[in-house]
Amino acid sequence: MLSGKDVILLEENYAIEMLNITKRFPGIVANDNITIQLRKGEIHALLGENGAGKSTLMSVLFGLYQPEEGIIKKDGKVVSIKDPNDANALGIGMVHQHFKLVECFSVLDNIILGVEPSKYGFLQKKEAREKVLKLSEQYGLHVDPDALIQDITVGMQQRTEILKMLYRENEILIFDEPTAVLTPQEIDELMQIMRNLAAEGKSILFISHKLNEIMAVADRCSVLRKGKYIGTVNIADTTKQELSRMMVGRNVEFVVHKEPAKPGKTILEVDKMVVASKVHKNNAVKGVSFNVRAGEIVCIAGIDGNGQTELVYGITGLEPVVSGKIRLNGKDITHASIRKRSVDGMSHIPEDRHKHGLVLDYTLEDNMVLQRYFEKDFCAGSILMRKKNIRSYAEKLIEQYDVRSGQGAVTSARSMSGGNQQKAIVAREIDRDPDLLVAVQPTRGLDVGAIEYIHKQIVATRDEGKGVLLVSLELDEVMALSDRILVMYEGEIVGEFDPKKVDIETLGLYMAGAKREG
Amino acid sequence: MSLLLQYTLIFSSVLLLVALGGCFSEHSGIINIGLEGIMVIGALGGALVMKYLPDGTCGAAVLGLVVIGSVLFGMLYSLLLGVAAIRFKADQTLVGTAMNLLGTAAATVIVKAMNTAENASNVSSEISYIAARKKFLLVDGMEFNWFMILAVVILAVSYIVLYKTRFGLRLRSCGEHPQASDSVGINVYKMRYAGVLISGALGGLGGVVYITAGVSLWKFENGVAGFGFLALAVMIFGAWKPGRIALAAILFGFFRALSNVYTGLFGSLADGAAEITWLRNTFNFLGNVPGTIYNMLPYIISLIVLAFTSKSSAAPKAEGIPYDKGMR
Repeated sequence: MLSGKDVILLEENYAIEMLNITKRFPGIVANDNITIQLRKGEIHALLGENGAGKSTLMSVLFGLYQPEEGIIKKDGKVVSIKDPNDANALGIGMVHQHFKLVECFSVLDNIILGVEPSKYGFLQKKEAREKVLKLSEQYGLHVDPDALIQDITVGMQQRTEILKMLYRENEILIFDEPTAVLTPQEIDELMQIMRNLAAEGKSILFISHKLNEIMAVADRCSVLRKGKYIGTVNIADTTKQELSRMMVGRNVEFVVHKEPAKPGKTILEVDKMVVASKVHKNNAVKGVSFNVRAGEIVCIAGIDGNGQTELVYGITGLEPVVSGKIRLNGKDITHASIRKRSVDGMSHIPEDRHKHGLVLDYTLEDNMVLQRYFEKDFCAGSILMRKKNIRSYAEKLIEQYDVRSGQGAVTSARSMSGGNQQKAIVAREIDRDPDLLVAVQPTRGLDVGAIEYIHKQIVATRDEGKGVLLVSLELDEVMALSDRILVMYEGEIVGEFDPKKVDIETLGLYMAGAKREG
Repeated sequence: MSLLLQYTLIFSSVLLLVALGGCFSEHSGIINIGLEGIMVIGALGGALVMKYLPDGTCGAAVLGLVVIGSVLFGMLYSLLLGVAAIRFKADQTLVGTAMNLLGTAAATVIVKAMNTAENASNVSSEISYIAARKKFLLVDGMEFNWFMILAVVILAVSYIVLYKTRFGLRLRSCGEHPQASDSVGINVYKMRYAGVLISGALGGLGGVVYITAGVSLWKFENGVAGFGFLALAVMIFGAWKPGRIALAAILFGFFRALSNVYTGLFGSLADGAAEITWLRNTFNFLGNVPGTIYNMLPYIISLIVLAFTSKSSAAPKAEGIPYDKGMR
């Protein structure tokens, strides 16, 4: 039993409390009676799938949205936050998922922007620089204050964002999906930085859908699902499985179940293909040969930047090949147009869904027929669009593949969450009933529920007797899905493996170029 | 030679002032195509001051009042762009184009109305300012005037304001990444108004400098002959940086002066003047080139220069995009 005095003591321990927050948008309740209490000096994870309402909740905390119901307390006192300035004044700072940095400014200029030390309006950067250097020393945030943002790595840009908060002496630090853009090594560094910050008494709210990271760094975790508050748990008392169940609402299988492959006839043949690089003078793909057969998943593994992107560009026709041959179902398509390849049975889930996957300002339904708009069903006499058919087709896919969006088929693609954009692309590409599916990092940036779903779809495609060429940087994904693994290193295929007979360590050696076959 | 130098300097001053104005606007994130129109209205403001000032006014007062008149007119007119583009998020290019059309037309109508009111038979759109203009000159009989010095001072001030002050840092951030500015509590709308108003001030001032360059009366139906657009070219060629804009202004000013000196004097004056002979000898290899070619030169040069340089340009990233707080 707690006495009244204890309760008061506990309450005083909260740095920020969001109590019973409800925020509605037309057609959707983004936050439905959500309560989050952040203790002083803790790392508190906020877990939820894409579209669960995490971003909306943070926008409320920052005064970008006013909630219909609920209150916010800072140190036990009710506060009103009407715009980001109020949040700043309360010592709340945020590292946004998409950094708010001016590319052509120096690190120092970005840090001081908005709170510039100045005399008669003239900038006084000297003391600011000293303060920044001291802070970066104190927290192990190494970054050159005079470097331009456009010249430094993503990891350094993120450190700049963290320094921005520390420079403003913020006590409550919010990290919005901070690891999505980082390399594994940078993620480890960030975790350490977050621990240092918490140890210095900062309170951290860590928004993520990556369970491993939450388990590694957080003290407590609050879970949201479809706008509703599910609960808060101590990380020490929970497991990955339990968290994912809370997040998705059912048990999530981390293992992909699939039958052994029954490879049939050859679908794709790539013969000594060479593709030029856009970033350097050498060729990115140096005479690669392999084939993909019906009913198997061939996976290209490798560290980012070893020619996988260009390999896919060559096969799908996004870039011309320098030499070599590509055959689809025995037909030479080396110089065929993208439309021709598509009509002949090639589907492509592209690496960059914004650049090559969707027309962001089109509606969802128009995006669903991007490669089929000219077909008889969708276009009368090659002139008039059959809007009705497009609508019903799009609605069928939305239903079948569980693509969630604000206004259904007429939602603008830009306004959808990343996971649902990806689901829309997967739906479109698989439903075209291709002979060959080329999927490049199909689960990048997605939460476990969506990953599980997309993995199942890819396996189902294989089981229907299609060939699948999967390019992935995630070794877990490679091991789980593939029937055959090809490791790419510096534009060449350096090894071919059976996933059942190889371990991750061995693959790693080949990926790093330390070993090669032949 | 000296004539060429005089005109180069005076045209360069105009281009420098107006291009710096454009530079402020674009660094705040607003494309100002309307500089041409702003120049005309600024010129009108200056011309009206010169017309109505009593003859005996001392030189410094004339200069000061003309500057104030043109700056005020320019700023007021630029508010049109500000309100349309910032408050109502209109397309900046369209608003600017409309302002160019409106500027010349409005100035013509106003001046004509004033002229007919004074004298019913006078339907011209001219304002003359013979006496006032003389007071701008540094040296009697030479086209060196106070505005050139003013332009250099403004160049230095612009550099300092843009790169050494809090205001400049904030202004530039709004043209590059307004969401970032907003997230650190900078009022993007206010900064953009500031940028547009400064461009109005400098554009207006440039307008009055232009119409007093070597002439003592101005026909407002002529507008400012594309000088606002040349200034835009100067700004782009100058990569939105004051120092480089100054160099670009001199380059473009020189070609403009060349055409002025050539067409203005070759045809009308008798042979004999030393500099005309020099010019003619210099350009003899071109044979009998019609004067119109020289007139076209600055515009052709700007086309060529921009075709080659604008691709790798350093334009502020967010310029031309209306800022909406709600967009992420």
